[in-house]
Amino acid sequence: MNIVVLVKYVPDATADRRFEADNTVDRVDVDGLLSELDEYAVEQALQIKEKRAEEEIEVTALTVGPEKAADAVRKALQMGADKGVHVIDDAIAGSDAIATSLVLAKAIEKLGAEKPVDLVVGGLASTDAGLSVVPAMLAERLGLPQVTLASVVETQGNQVRIKRDTDVATEVVGGTMPLVLSVTDQSGEARYPSFKGIMAAKKKPLETWSLADLGVDASQVGLAASWSVVEETAARPPRTAGEIVKDEDGSGAKALADFLASKKFI
Amino acid sequence: MSEVLVLVDAQNGAVKKPTYELLTIAKRLGTPSAVFIGAAGEATGVAEAVKKYGAEKVYVIDDAQIKGYLVAPKAEALAQLAQQVSGAGKDLAAILLPSSAENKEVAGRLAIKLESGLITDAVDVEGDGTTTQSVFAGNYTVKAKVTKGTPIITVKPNSAAPEESAGAGEVETIAVSISDAAKTAQIVATQPRAATGRPELTEAAIVVSGGRGTGGDFTAVEALADVLGAAVGASRAAVDSGWKPHSFQVGQTGKTVSPQLYVANGISGAIQHRAGMQTSKTIVAVNKDEEAPIFELVDFGVVGDLHTVLPALTEEITKRKG
Repeated sequence: MNIVVLVKYVPDATADRRFEADNTVDRVDVDGLLSELDEYAVEQALQIKEKRAEEEIEVTALTVGPEKAADAVRKALQMGADKGVHVIDDAIAGSDAIATSLVLAKAIEKLGAEKPVDLVVGGLASTDAGLSVVPAMLAERLGLPQVTLASVVETQGNQVRIKRDTDVATEVVGGTMPLVLSVTDQSGEARYPSFKGIMAAKKKPLETWSLADLGVDASQVGLAASWSVVEETAARPPRTAGEIVKDEDGSGAKALADFLASKKFI
Repeated sequence: MSEVLVLVDAQNGAVKKPTYELLTIAKRLGTPSAVFIGAAGEATGVAEAVKKYGAEKVYVIDDAQIKGYLVAPKAEALAQLAQQVSGAGKDLAAILLPSSAENKEVAGRLAIKLESGLITDAVDVEGDGTTTQSVFAGNYTVKAKVTKGTPIITVKPNSAAPEESAGAGEVETIAVSISDAAKTAQIVATQPRAATGRPELTEAAIVVSGGRGTGGDFTAVEALADVLGAAVGASRAAVDSGWKPHSFQVGQTGKTVSPQLYVANGISGAIQHRAGMQTSKTIVAVNKDEEAPIFELVDFGVVGDLHTVLPALTEEITKRKG
């Protein structure tokens, strides 16, 4: 079985994230890392491989991004993925989700030409743009079933069964591989790379592909090909701390009630 | 004027508030048409409800072939409707969907089918189609616009105050054909969530949340919520501890809420939590730890034990309400 995990290199959420002059996310000057939510996807891919140890299963970590994005793939390799693919091309900078999904789809098709891809696994959302749409777009482009936002994943033969929580219900959804799966942070704690894993990762293959390798024309991607435009980005004025009182003998509750009344909440 | 499609959010035939908010927004962009994908028997009731908020047309798509599968059939149905509307020589100004996890995925597939730009999680949409989004954990505001095709925009709850205005509400049943390829992710079982009797978390005007500091006892949090008519939320720590189901989680990997009032109790205020509540209009917090980062963003904070402060506050509010 051939599993492809989608990994994204994102600006660290605890760093000072910002935009560039062209209103794209600054992905170069801000410290980045593998999106936390993609770690869960890597984890589930590895768990499937481990649960089905009698089969030959290869897990490929796939990323699209600038040079530093290789770090996201390396992290996945350290966790236990078998090989990595990094699609890198200056023309990709500024791509929206629609163009990114095109590049990913072409990369998955290329991988599939070598050996059929049975399962594509993604996370709940990226921690930067956070649209949460790429797995669905990929399923649309690849013509595959989408079994998305799983909190529990089970596979048996070519069947995938997940539990998924919606706003109004908990659902069990089933599909037949090949398919696109996405998992939430409820699916299970992601492992930390072991020292052995870190050492082993150095010897694992990490291929670099350009748009030309994928047969994608530069005019189809990048900021100029985006189907929407960001006109303006503005830092929100930081919230300033208001009045803080210490509760002494019930004074806190009364003060809070006064505040809520002054704002007409009671 | 060109048409704006608004996907109706309804449960068991009852239209939810975000639908009215979207119809209100749609009026800025053109002539609102509601799209109801659901049981044919519920269509009349839904049409009556949405016409009060300006729906001139109500397109009804029977969900018999749609409801048993994830995402793909809905996207196909909407694409066919969009093509029928624009094929009839009418201009389609935009397609608006309430921002839920499933609708965002529907919108993503629809964008590719219609070769149209997509904007998700808008908190405002202006008459010229310019959207406002809140990004990077609420630290930035982004204004964006779709530049290709029919703008597809998912809009977060509480993005507009619903305005009543009578529309014709003319019902038109739309026949769609769902491909076998779209029926490949089958919903094999559904367990509806038990009703809490409280407002929906993302739609509520007031949210009262509890975190690690509750120690697992949400009694005081819930009592305060009820006296305020609020929804109950929880931090990730509380959800990970198994005190509340994931559907209560406010934060990066849970719900993003933007109520008039957010009350954080026993929540330290990590960046992941802030991402889900930072755009609330007014924020208050009760926490034992005066160093808790949550106090950096509150309009009013009480340093104290929530187990004593909240019951006293609930009592005080009850008394003042008479």
